[in-house]
This record gives sequence, C-alpha cells and structure tokens, in this order.
Amino acid sequence: NNRTRRRKQTKNQPYSIDNNKDLLLTFIAFKMSRQTAMPTSILDRPLTRGRTEQVSLSAFGLMYSELVQYHQNRVSSIPELERRLESSGYGVGFKVLELLAFRGREAKRETRIMSILQFISVTAWKSLFGKGADSLERSLDNADEYMIFDNNPITSTFLSSHKSSADAYISGIIAGILEGAGFTARVQAVCPSADEGDARGIIGLPRRKDKAVFVVKFADKVLERDAALG
Amino acid sequence: AKQHTTSSVHYSPLSSNNMSSSQQSPLLFLIVGRNEPLYSAEFGKPPGTPITAQSITRQNFIVMHSALDLVDKSCWVNSNMYLKVVDTVNHQMISTFSTACHIKFMLLHTGKNEDAIKNFFMDVYELYTKLSMNPFYRFDTPITSKQFNARVKAAGRRYLS
Repeated sequence: NNRTRRRKQTKNQPYSIDNNKDLLLTFIAFKMSRQTAMPTSILDRPLTRGRTEQVSLSAFGLMYSELVQYHQNRVSSIPELERRLESSGYGVGFKVLELLAFRGREAKRETRIMSILQFISVTAWKSLFGKGADSLERSLDNADEYMIFDNNPITSTFLSSHKSSADAYISGIIAGILEGAGFTARVQAVCPSADEGDARGIIGLPRRKDKAVFVVKFADKVLERDAALG
Repeated sequence: AKQHTTSSVHYSPLSSNNMSSSQQSPLLFLIVGRNEPLYSAEFGKPPGTPITAQSITRQNFIVMHSALDLVDKSCWVNSNMYLKVVDTVNHQMISTFSTACHIKFMLLHTGKNEDAIKNFFMDVYELYTKLSMNPFYRFDTPITSKQFNARVKAAGRRYLS
C-alpha cells in the first residue's frame, strides 16, 4: 500500500527525475561540485596536525596485531619475525624524521649524537606515543651504546610473552630516524632481566615486566665524526 | 663514491639560452639524494627561446657534482637547513638547502639574492615533505610526480625571475 502511494506522489510533482540518466548526471554534478571544494592532491593537504587529531590505542593495537600476525604466518623463526618488524618500522622512521623536522618550524638539523638522541626520546616519542621516553642513558660498559627506556611501549602493551620481539617495530623506527639523519646505528629492544634490575639499585619496587630498553649501538665512523666535531 | 646518473632525470624544455640579457642566465635546480639526483628543473627566461645546448647543461651538472663534497662538509658543520652559498665557480654560485634526511636542494645561479632563494627553498621543502608522506613514495628515489613538477616550476617562477 505504501509503495503504490509513493509512486503516485512522484507522478504528480512538477519537477521529477524521469529516467536514470538524469539521476546519474545530477549525482555526478553534485559530487563534482563537492570535490572541487576538497583538496584533491597530497600536495594540498596541510602538514600541521590539528589539535584534536589522535588515533585511539585500541585501533592501533588492532592494526598492529594484524601486522604481527601477517608476518608471523610467513616466517619460521623468531629472529626473522623481529627482522621483518624492524624493516616495517624502518621506513616509518624516515618519514617521521622529515615530518617532525618540518613541523618544528626551525629549519635546523641535528648534527650531534646527543641532540639526535634527545630529538628521538623527546620529540619523536611524544609525537608517536603521546609522551616522552622515560629516560635516555649512556652505557657505562661500551662507549658506543646508548639506551632509551620506555616503561610501556604500545607495541607490546597487549602481549603477555615475547614482548621484545614485538618491540622490534619501534627499534626499526628508531633505526630509521637515525639512518635518515646520517647516524648509522643498530637498535635492539631488550627486556631488562632481573639481574639488571637489581644492579640498578631499585630496591623495594616490584620488577616491571613490560619495561623495554632500546639499545642503540652507533657505527664507528659516526663516533669518529662526532668526536671530530668537538 | 657517488655515482652520477642522468638517465633518471627529466630535462625541462622551458630553459633559455639568452646570454645577451643583463639578468641572470638560466638557473639549474637539483634535488639530490644519497646517490643520484632525484629531480631537476631549469628556471630562466620565458619560453620561445631555444633549448640550452647539451654541452652547457652537462657542464652545469658537472659543476653541481663537484660541489657535493663541499655540501657534505658544511652539512655537518652548520646545523641550519639553509646553507647559503657553498661553492663559487667562475661567475656561478651554488646555494644549498639540506633537509633533515640529508636530501639536498641545490641551485646554480649567478645573481646574489639570498632572500628569494631562501623562500624558494622553503616552498620546495614543504612540497618535498608532503611528497615524502606518500606511503608509496620510497625514500631516495627519483621524483616523477607531475603535480610536484608543476608546483616547483610555479614556485621558481614566483621567486626566481
């Protein structure tokens, strides 16, 4: 009953869309008039981020778990999985470096080891994870090793085991940023063991299982160049 | 050692060979990655003038290539992105801008207008950053986007002539 009533109504209207072609044309005209108002090219879109633009942790967790599962189905060993996750993060590092340097609006590059490490642990971490890294330290044993601490990296928040394997993605990002800036380095994610925890003198606090340490080991020529710069 | 290949680079037919004018001769603009030029453009007088002779173009490229070592050195000494004039050859000067990822924008020019060149570099820097955000653009590969080409040419016309 409703259907027949509607059909009669369209017939009585003075302006009506008679056939499918008119409908299609008006639809296309409407779409085009909308589209000229919207940016059509990546070169038009703004680079500065709006105040409210954020990605939810659960959305990231979901997508990252898919990425890990994708790689897990194609490898036969854990080191290979870590290598794959690292190379996934590597490309992200370059883009993050360019973007954050541009947004900094200062048109300056980092030329010293300490300044690039601080850029990573403060600026890059805040932009990627919402807060700065928990600390940046230099190793006492090896002169070419530095350590970035993060108490709860988002890549392994939802994992119960093999956390440092999933954190290989963040290692890749760090390695990409360093390589892009000209500091060749190897980055590895490790979970601090019980012995290390005690040696650092933290008595009375429960050992945090989700803490991650990113060990950055620079190539020799990087250290030489940095020393030559004074 | 850097391998210099010109096969992946586009030549712009809009260059001029107008040597009789008292203004600048055509400017050569290059975007150089780690190993090879990623983009090139020439800015000069309006079209209608003959295409620059192959020998002059080759000479310009050789001059640019020889300046790369100096650019590298000043990259590490100077933490600014805009490195101003890094080399002078006869009457030509080379100004450089080096991004955070050490992608170098180099301009071969004769006059001395730092402000115009700096504004041009900043414009191209913004375009390059937007281009590199494209997930399908691999870092350090030749730039083939026509829109990028059009906008760089527009920026060159706006600031450099």
